[in-house]
Amino acid sequence: MIQENLVINYQRKPLPEKLFKLGLLLLVVGFVGVVLAYITNSARASFNLLVVFTWIASIGVGSMFFIGIEYLTGAVWSVPFRRVAEITASFVLVLPILAIPILSSIHSLYHWSHTEAVQVDQILKNKSAYLNQTFFIVRLFITLLLWFLFYYLFTSISRKQDKSFDQSLTKKNTIVSAVFMPVFAVTLTFFAIDWLMSLEPHWYSTIFGVYYFAGSFLAALGVFTFVSISLNENGFLVDGLGSEHYYSMGALIFAFTNFWAYIAFSQFMLIWYANLPEETFWFINRGVGSWLYFSIGIIFVKFIVPYILLLPQPAKMDPLRLKIAALWVLFAHYYDLFWVVMPTYSKGGVPFGWMELVFPVFTVGLLIVLFYIFAKNVNLVPIGDPKLKRGLEFHL
Amino acid sequence: MDNQMNTSENLYGVGALFKDPNKIVKVVEKLVELGYKHWDVHSSYPLHGIPKRMRLKWSPLGYVALILGLTGTLTGLFLTWWTMSVDYPLTIGGKPWFSFPAFVPVLFELTVLLASVGTAIVMLFIIFKFPNNQHPLHDTEYINKVSVDHFGVFIEAKDELFELEKVKSLFNDFGADEIIEIAYDRNEVTFKPKVFDVKFISFLVVIAIITSSVAYLFNNKILYLPPFDFMLKQFRLGPQESSTFFADGFGMRKPPAGTVARNQEFYPFKNKPDEAGMKLVNPLLATQENLELGRNKFNTFCSPCHGWRGEGDSRLNGQFPNPPSLHSEKVRNWTDGRIYHVIMEGQNVMPSYASQLTEKERWAVILYIRSLQRALNAKQEDIQ
Ligand code: HEC
Repeated sequence: MIQENLVINYQRKPLPEKLFKLGLLLLVVGFVGVVLAYITNSARASFNLLVVFTWIASIGVGSMFFIGIEYLTGAVWSVPFRRVAEITASFVLVLPILAIPILSSIHSLYHWSHTEAVQVDQILKNKSAYLNQTFFIVRLFITLLLWFLFYYLFTSISRKQDKSFDQSLTKKNTIVSAVFMPVFAVTLTFFAIDWLMSLEPHWYSTIFGVYYFAGSFLAALGVFTFVSISLNENGFLVDGLGSEHYYSMGALIFAFTNFWAYIAFSQFMLIWYANLPEETFWFINRGVGSWLYFSIGIIFVKFIVPYILLLPQPAKMDPLRLKIAALWVLFAHYYDLFWVVMPTYSKGGVPFGWMELVFPVFTVGLLIVLFYIFAKNVNLVPIGDPKLKRGLEFHL
Repeated sequence: MDNQMNTSENLYGVGALFKDPNKIVKVVEKLVELGYKHWDVHSSYPLHGIPKRMRLKWSPLGYVALILGLTGTLTGLFLTWWTMSVDYPLTIGGKPWFSFPAFVPVLFELTVLLASVGTAIVMLFIIFKFPNNQHPLHDTEYINKVSVDHFGVFIEAKDELFELEKVKSLFNDFGADEIIEIAYDRNEVTFKPKVFDVKFISFLVVIAIITSSVAYLFNNKILYLPPFDFMLKQFRLGPQESSTFFADGFGMRKPPAGTVARNQEFYPFKNKPDEAGMKLVNPLLATQENLELGRNKFNTFCSPCHGWRGEGDSRLNGQFPNPPSLHSEKVRNWTDGRIYHVIMEGQNVMPSYASQLTEKERWAVILYIRSLQRALNAKQEDIQ
């Protein structure tokens, strides 16, 4: 079974304890802050938690999408780094825990959850067959169940290959990916509609699912690129990975930066052009007071800055610049989600205080701890993958 | 003969053919190490990693694309701004004339168009020197083999380090399957660009003529569509047309009784000439200006029948019954209002002139008639 020429010289090195301690510190400090936030202003805290929740979901399920396209396209360059995406995909596992506090404060988040308000509102009455609490929770349940299922399939099959070196497992995961793709498209669209679009239950935008997808994949790529380069630079992966692999990561981030801008602008332009009051109010709300500057800021934060950062060819090969760009797009997705969620909480201006800071601290800590835990017992390189050797020898 | 051609004067260089691409990698590394400058690798498909090993510099084509792209963006900006906000401003959907979001797709498309097409043209004409196809390697055994199943390395004779025997033995050391010397004839091969060659220009002209005539033929003959005329031809009746829709067969309808169309005045003395004569008063004064206006309108509308001085001497040569003189005792004694009534309603065979003259013009015409009457039948006091 084992083909000699496919075996790679890989020594598993444990991740530094320091990383775990740092994550734990951020997590604990952040958690105290989050608890305090809930005590002082639970409504504001819930909105912040919703930003965090959708951000983590983006990274988790975006990583699964990345694994899926690698198998489906037969890409080789990303194989040595695929384990990174497999580990970050595990972030979906914390979603149910975070969903509980959000669901318990559903009334301060979602206007449609007030049955008495729906009774006097003809539009919400018409939508109530879809937008009601029971169905909302059922959809969440189904979505998470499917994500967990595919997470389990992807990772367990891939890990099995580490020991058995069985090539047919690659084929198996390719089939799993093919099934995953449509499931991903549908679940992510409903997820975006349910958790983000229904914050303004009168509003609708048919492109909203794609909008969330574009940002999500970008965030997942940001984590993937940053973690992959950091691990490789510190010798946790195998020899032979370098600028040509980095170039592919940079090019993907660059491509999806443009894709996001394309989708975001399409959404804006169609609503602006048609000028229908039932659609435009969403953007008008984001042009009131300091939100106007925040909205103009998103053009720079999510498009112009990463675009200029990654446009020159050397930038996509230089690990330092690439790491900065990766963290930047990750931050930009947080900014984007904040922009989508928070105007519902605070109509007149951008709410910004200590509360808005403790939630990212908490989340970053949580993700570092999760990464450490899930990376602890696995090889950081899929040593059994038949494409690994070709991936190492990848040249542009 | 062959030997004559292969003199070093005409030697272009030496090529080595390999069947194994891995050997190429070794040769490439050696040539870089030795410091050769004028050499190249040929393969029928891209060999990954070779450009890097050859220490090739990044192609400047990226900058060309960037500059062309920015040119496209600015062209688009100028085009949309000039046409939509300056030269022919149209209000669309209540948006301002300079509506940037609406222009973004145009800017985007022009950026992509100029960057892609422009880069291809630059690459073809400036870097590849198209249409010059006289490369010395052209149609040689060497290039035929590398475009099928061999990989080739070629060193040009103009390289400073080039020495025929040394290069040959170097290739031999690396296990070349075949070594080929390539010569060319200086009189036949030129390295100059040929874009302005008469042959190429005439080729472009022929292409232009063919494409435009084919386009003309298709658009105007084969795929001809008549111009859209559904705005002109509608299901409506022209003036004086009959209609089967109405019981009386007339297409033109009378306005319903008791109504006045918009922007049309209401004349309260229909069929009441005496009342009009009593109640209507000329609001105008006999100023120079009003008399001028009256003469102008009288000469235009009234004089054909009534004559230049209103004496009933028409210029119609009997095609229409001559009207009586406007200088009769009767008309002289009429009030202005009574004459006004004739203009409004006509009288027997004389049609109404209400639609030709405005209210002010009617009164001015009457002032002028009065002055004519006064001129022909001056009163005693006028003479004094
Ligand atoms: C198409 C030829 C024609 C034109 C043009 C015309 N008229 Fe007449 N007009 C007549 C005829 C014919 C009569 C006599 C009608 C009748 O038999 O009572 C008449 C009669 C009159 C009378 C009444 C005379 C009378 O003795 O009863 C007046 C006043 C008059 N026209 C004024 C005008 C004025 C003012 C204009 C210019 C706006 C004008 N007409 C243009 C043909 C014309």
